[in-house]
Amino acid sequence: MAKLTAKEEMLQYKYDVPATDWMNTPVDFKPGTFCYGAKGKNLEAVDFPNARDWSPSDADWNLPDNWQEIILEGMAERLAKYRSFRLFMDVCVRCGACADKCHFYMGSGDPKNMPVLRAELLRSVYKRYFTTSGKLFGHLVGARDLTEDVLKEWWYYFYQCTECRRCSVYCPYGIDQAEITIMGRELLNLLGLNIEWIAGPVANCYLKGNHVGLEPQGIVSNVEFLCEDIETITGKVIKPSFNRKGAEILFVVPSGDLFAEPGIYACMGYLMLFEQLGLDYTLSTYASEGGNFGFFTSNEMAKRLNAKIYAEAKRLGVKWILGGECGHMWRVINQYMDTWHGPADFLEEPVSPITGTKFTNAKSTKMVHITEFTADLIYHNKIKLDPSRNDHLRVTFHDSCNPARAMGLMEEPRYIINKVCNHFYEMPEETIREKTLCCGSGSGLNAGENMELRLRGGFPRANAVKYVQQNHGVNVLANVCAVDRAAFPSLMDYWVPGVDVMGVHELLGNALVMDGEIERTLDLRLQPLPGKGVDSDV
Amino acid sequence: MKIWSSLLAVVALVLIAWLGVDVFQLTTLFGIALPYAAFGLLLVGIIIRVVRWGKSPVPFSIPTTCGQQRSLPWIKQNRIENPSTTWGVIGRMALEILFFRSLFRNTKTEKRGERLAFGSSQWLWLGALVFHWSMLIIVIRHLRYVMEPVPVVVRGIEALDGFLQIGVPVLYLTDLFIVAGLTYLFLRRVAIPQVRYISQAVDYFPLLLLLGIAGSGILMRYWFRVDILSVKEFAMNLVAFTPQISSEIGTIFYIHLLLVCSLAVYFPWSKLMHAGGIFMSPTRNLANNSRMIRHINPWNYQVKTHSYAEYEDEFREKMRKVGLPLEKE
Repeated sequence: MAKLTAKEEMLQYKYDVPATDWMNTPVDFKPGTFCYGAKGKNLEAVDFPNARDWSPSDADWNLPDNWQEIILEGMAERLAKYRSFRLFMDVCVRCGACADKCHFYMGSGDPKNMPVLRAELLRSVYKRYFTTSGKLFGHLVGARDLTEDVLKEWWYYFYQCTECRRCSVYCPYGIDQAEITIMGRELLNLLGLNIEWIAGPVANCYLKGNHVGLEPQGIVSNVEFLCEDIETITGKVIKPSFNRKGAEILFVVPSGDLFAEPGIYACMGYLMLFEQLGLDYTLSTYASEGGNFGFFTSNEMAKRLNAKIYAEAKRLGVKWILGGECGHMWRVINQYMDTWHGPADFLEEPVSPITGTKFTNAKSTKMVHITEFTADLIYHNKIKLDPSRNDHLRVTFHDSCNPARAMGLMEEPRYIINKVCNHFYEMPEETIREKTLCCGSGSGLNAGENMELRLRGGFPRANAVKYVQQNHGVNVLANVCAVDRAAFPSLMDYWVPGVDVMGVHELLGNALVMDGEIERTLDLRLQPLPGKGVDSDV
Repeated sequence: MKIWSSLLAVVALVLIAWLGVDVFQLTTLFGIALPYAAFGLLLVGIIIRVVRWGKSPVPFSIPTTCGQQRSLPWIKQNRIENPSTTWGVIGRMALEILFFRSLFRNTKTEKRGERLAFGSSQWLWLGALVFHWSMLIIVIRHLRYVMEPVPVVVRGIEALDGFLQIGVPVLYLTDLFIVAGLTYLFLRRVAIPQVRYISQAVDYFPLLLLLGIAGSGILMRYWFRVDILSVKEFAMNLVAFTPQISSEIGTIFYIHLLLVCSLAVYFPWSKLMHAGGIFMSPTRNLANNSRMIRHINPWNYQVKTHSYAEYEDEFREKMRKVGLPLEKE
């Protein structure tokens, strides 16, 4: 990772516009703002075309001779397949309402990060080749030729969009930059122009079942390791099952929760909760990824990766599926999975075995969000909680983009947090719920080499966290997203030191009173709980 | 440059109408042929555009949700901003189309030293709403020229629009509002650097054209005072397909008419089609119920996947070692 720019320098930017028209302002590949190019072997692993090793900073990208033809044919195909694409190319009036809604624009001041201009990068080519006015009048109507420079500009800016959909909330026509970025990335992938941080996880997920590339024995040992910690903390011995046929519920998590801090603490929370409930569930080493980096590549790749969830549910003969805390995973499950691979008639309408609640909102997809499941438990008083164990934490909640804007999961996590913590503070209203600000690392951009971009994109969110830190002494940023958990720690360290990042189920795991547990003196991170046990003796 | 070329285009249209009618006496062309052609092109154009959008399917249910989803019975759903039923969608679309709901959310981001501040910013919403509603009322008012007897609705709207009872002829509020709205929309494009940066000639042109239409209409009504009866006779004949040129109508009317015809021709091939597009926007017009009711993709196709059997074949020994159940021993 390159040395990080100092905060003061990072904040030097302004929202002034360049002197030259955007069409005549060539793209400048600034180090720290873009990712490594995809390796050929990872594209080959999933049969992608034009696989080769390449570097974005090279002058020559070794494009196939007929690359323009490939792009234009790809556009024509997608215009015919997606109304969203054609409509969003046609109806923008450039009112600018979206402009200062994008976290990358807010944090960088680069006008091509205004959603309207990022879309215009593609729209200008659409106009030139697919509209009569564009063919006749060119620049006058905002049309331009598809050149190699334009292609590079696409690559640079479509990998500076996290598909968070915030702009779409404010657009009077609902134009969604995520749709445009998705199309742009699909087109770039026709030429092998992916980023390695996406291509690697995609290949891993396809072959091994999860993005981080854990093999079955690795998953088992990682979970056993978490269970050992749980035993240390609670005295309870937990033995979760894997790939078990006949379980009632298949539980699918984002693999980050099996792999690294602080996601593993959320995972410990899940395991403790299920143990306390005596839930008849199983984990799968094959369907070991709820997230979907294929979604940041192409619709087809997303579908190929998602297939294993229903396939595994069918093979194991479970009744329904429960899903962990993850952002884009839930966009895919809520808006795509059933359409791709349904109808899931081999499953049953989900019913909580503890409360008897029917999850009617998931009756077709048959997959329930863990916070829906847990909120229902707490509402029915089915678990005992001791929120005072979290009394040293002053918590705020970050709505992850996709659950907020592609689902509407807003009250469920808040309900849980309010029951497991005594100190909860909302960030300013313009920065939460559907107006939530992205972590700046979504859609496959949480690499190391683009850290400056991530810090800039995450600055608006950090700015809101800083506000509650200063006003309420907030020291925990809670969330329901694996990418958040991976991205926020470095973001907080840089912008708002002193704020920890926790999944909602980590907070729950701390507060959960388990039958027969020892007196809790440690939190899930094996840190002493202030005011409890050892600490209070001092 | 982008602004000047747009202005030039509008001025050229005015000059063409003036020269054509006043100098070359081409009243038949400007009064009969062009209106028919323009109206025909408008209809055909809109149909082509809408059909083209309609031909592309909506493969996935992708509403942008702006409120609490329908989930547990004791959690209050936002039925309009995150609708799960058709009625909810109708409510959401009505708010969007009639009151520009999303634009009303608008905020302004400011960088103050080392922090960002968000302020409310509803001027764009107000300007857009004033312009669009004035436009609608003015179009409805104009129905009086092509209908006899004039429908009660049209008379009522006229009365409401002129309720201040100022001047002879009575001043219509919408005449003021549309000019104010358009002027605001134009000036913000010119004055706000970021908006100016993203603006193209095709953004200035329709605003200037509409200002030209409104301006010529106002001149005609309050200053040049064209003979209203002749205009109505002419318009009635036009819609009855018995077109007749009246010599009583002044040049200003033909200027107004040519600008309107230009708008009609321009409309379907431009961004102005957002008027139709909003109805078809999949992030707004779909219910967020895709976990309850399966959304069908007409072009869904089989894809190559990595099956469990292949996975087990690759990892069987490793799985056996840690005691994972196997399909094939």
